[in-house]
Amino acid sequence: MAGTHVKTTINGDSVEYVCEADETLLDVLRNRLALTGAKEGCGTGDCGACSVTVDGRLVCSCLVLGVEAEGRNVATIEGLAQGEHLHPLQRKFLEHAALQCGICTPGFLVAAKALLEKNPDPSEHEIRFWLAGNLCRCTGYDKIVRAVQDAAAEMRGGRHAA
Amino acid sequence: MADSGIGARALRKEDHRFLTGQGHYTDDINVHGQLYAYFLRSPHAHAAIRKVDTGAASKSTGVVAVFTGADVAADKIGGLICGWTVTDRHGKPHKAPPHPILAHEKVRYVGDHVAVVIADTLTNAKDAAEKIEVDYDVLPAVVDVAKAMDAKAPQLHADTPQNLCYDWLLGDPAQVDAALAKSHHVAKLDLVNNRLIPNAMEPRAAIGEYDGGTDSYTCHSTSQNPHVLRLILCAFILGIPEHRVRVIAPDVGGGFGSKIFCYAEEVVCLWAAKKVRRPVKWTAERSESFLSDAHGRDHVTHVELGMDKDGKFTAMKVETLAAMGAYLSTFATCVPTYLYATLLAGQYTTPIISANVKAVFTNTAPVDAYRGAGRPEATYVVERIVEVAAREMKMDPAEIRRRNFVKPDQFPYQTPVALQYDSGNYAKALDDAMKLADYAGFASRKAEAAKRGKHRGIGFSAYIEACGIAPSAVVGSLGAGVGLWESAQIRFNPTGTAQVLTGSHSHGQGHETTLAQVVGDMLGLPIENITVVHGDTSQVPFGMGTYGSRSLAVGGSAAAKAADKIIAKGKKIAAHLLEASVDDITYAKGTFRVAGTDKTKSIGEIAFAAYVPHNYPKDLEPGLDETAFYDPANFTYPAGVHICEVEIDPDTGVTKIVNWAAVDDFGKVVNPMVVEGQVHGGIAQGIGQGLLEGCVYDKETGQLLTGSFMDYCMPRADDLPSFKVGMIETPCPHNPLGVKGCGEAGAIAAPPALVNAVTDALGIRHMEMPLTSERVWRTIHKMAAE
Repeated sequence: MAGTHVKTTINGDSVEYVCEADETLLDVLRNRLALTGAKEGCGTGDCGACSVTVDGRLVCSCLVLGVEAEGRNVATIEGLAQGEHLHPLQRKFLEHAALQCGICTPGFLVAAKALLEKNPDPSEHEIRFWLAGNLCRCTGYDKIVRAVQDAAAEMRGGRHAA
Repeated sequence: MADSGIGARALRKEDHRFLTGQGHYTDDINVHGQLYAYFLRSPHAHAAIRKVDTGAASKSTGVVAVFTGADVAADKIGGLICGWTVTDRHGKPHKAPPHPILAHEKVRYVGDHVAVVIADTLTNAKDAAEKIEVDYDVLPAVVDVAKAMDAKAPQLHADTPQNLCYDWLLGDPAQVDAALAKSHHVAKLDLVNNRLIPNAMEPRAAIGEYDGGTDSYTCHSTSQNPHVLRLILCAFILGIPEHRVRVIAPDVGGGFGSKIFCYAEEVVCLWAAKKVRRPVKWTAERSESFLSDAHGRDHVTHVELGMDKDGKFTAMKVETLAAMGAYLSTFATCVPTYLYATLLAGQYTTPIISANVKAVFTNTAPVDAYRGAGRPEATYVVERIVEVAAREMKMDPAEIRRRNFVKPDQFPYQTPVALQYDSGNYAKALDDAMKLADYAGFASRKAEAAKRGKHRGIGFSAYIEACGIAPSAVVGSLGAGVGLWESAQIRFNPTGTAQVLTGSHSHGQGHETTLAQVVGDMLGLPIENITVVHGDTSQVPFGMGTYGSRSLAVGGSAAAKAADKIIAKGKKIAAHLLEASVDDITYAKGTFRVAGTDKTKSIGEIAFAAYVPHNYPKDLEPGLDETAFYDPANFTYPAGVHICEVEIDPDTGVTKIVNWAAVDDFGKVVNPMVVEGQVHGGIAQGIGQGLLEGCVYDKETGQLLTGSFMDYCMPRADDLPSFKVGMIETPCPHNPLGVKGCGEAGAIAAPPALVNAVTDALGIRHMEMPLTSERVWRTIHKMAAE
């Protein structure tokens, strides 16, 4: 099969790749670009482990084709920290131990960041509903919710603007 | 030190890589030249295989090989094993039918492995699998555990009449019957412990590699116990020498029991890698996880509990049918026996108990240990029947429990079901939980809810579990094919930092932090100066792995013993350097001192001297590297009380958990933040079982109806409350750290607390899990109609 040439931006970097027509963005990220932070938990858009943003919109990268990234702006977990400086969400997840096995964590962080960009001051109810697209089997979500609330408060305070 | 030693809420050392997307899970690993395996699975629950034609598939694009059960048989590859022999009531071992890695002559559940295609890409492997022609003779199937022994039920295996794996007995039912007959009241209940699908968020995966130059193998696998996997692969299935096989379980994305077991796929990858002389990689799709990961629970039970006029328990009788699935998984047989019936005393002094367990084969995925493994099933039986008893005796549910608790001065307490509880304070946990739940205010909250047209209910669960599995001699006498000790090695470096190598395996539990806290506390090192290594058979000493909340109690104790050895050797070096007698050297927090003087050596100086032994004791070996193996004297017995409060909307049947209070006794707590997380996650899984999750097979065809996240309802963030978690601490008296284990508590405690609360709210006797909104709504409307 002849692949399709795609030019896109990932975490601020210009990226070019060739992918098959039926290849998902998740497969491209993981298998062609060695960005393995996004995980495949189901391949059907039910678990959110593969969450990335495309032009700022939260998507399951297992439901997006690699060719659809043409000309877009893709953001993944690998771009969340600025060098050695963790994003406030990453720091608060660490401080609250809001992760255990870690496999769903990149998806939660990407989803939570998308939430806080839309709604800098979400209620617990809003956080729980927004993150209901992300499955975690380890934590029971309690510490994740606290971490997001805490990060939101800090980010509103402007000390560590994202 | 204070912020990273035992008891500190130290931040988890492992988290940075996970938070930044740099974890290395098996599927993140690609090996040069790797091929992809795709398994053709049975579409039928029960069928004879007349013929498998792989001709077209073998010629398909990119295909390197196609293997079937006939190839496995030709290579004389052994079947998957069950590592625990249960002796039935007649003194005979359980039935252990063959479990081939690729089905031979017959398939026995939907998802059973029929053939494997090895190809250059996964797409090509899948395309080729569609070209395999299998001629099946479809047979009737039995999927319902309650019907497996019926005369009309199809028999799955030769030599297993009535599909019976074993008929096992603990205690004397005649004696129990006599005591029940004399009791003031006997509460009776029939209940189902619903079948669950574990669904660790990382699907299982494996990469098999064979190096012809050295005749050696490497297997990356999503395993909770890589050494045990290696042992099974080598000694029982492939017949290859253990010293030429390296099993690596890198970052593993949750296990919950389902990754303890040796599965067909990892065996096939390793076997095929040698046959095709290329690395072979397989990663489960989620639908394969649903179909082929070992499931949990699936019990049908009748229980009777006798009591005197004051509500003191006199005797308990339990009869359970337990599903094994189509084949025996690695530890399937011990779950509904030694991990279940031995816990039926609960926290109570019930003087005599009998349990009869019949384990049966059904045309379903194999059933094995899932978070709690037998103990959730036992706790569900005990805490449901106690609740029923309280209501029938018109006693307060807290009071009936308190009246029957084993008291603090009764430890060690020998139960009538084999175990000896070591320590606990059950009334204190109950008192604290009732305060945390504001039990006193419940009546007014219920009245207030009623004014809004809502039903409020409250439910208790006083659970106990046996963890830290456990003395090798004891489990050996009960049929275990393995020892259940743990290993640890501390490798001090010349510059004063250390590696701790553990035979336990972390797949979310935080060992890289908590074991560092234990060793750091003892050796006076900040946890930043300690790296915990696990999950690689070529790096760490043989270890038994992680399950049954055993890692800290057994593996942590091994690490503590290794630290003791480091300190003992350090004293000899310090004595030499300080020109004192060894007996005069004291040690505390990383400093060796000549007693009563200011002459000291830090542990860093001692380590340097050990590796640069220019001035060194004459008869002492250089180096500072100690290994310890720890085999505990007993199980540990974590216990606690969980109280759940629910509010039900009768218009929708939706149950909202409005309050969850848990008070647990895990003995000494090394990292409260990690422990809270374990409790939260366990409760979430228990709530999942109680409210949402249930594996459903079509009763006629044996098709899995809950084979995706759209059909199998996992708890999501909007389904769960915040949890109020309290702890009490009665140290375990028989391990050096005083720790008990916390990984399974929530999953054990939660289901009966929830069902007790919902049945209380609705004023009904019993309802089977999961208490979905549909089931609750139907129950409410049926009651209204009657």
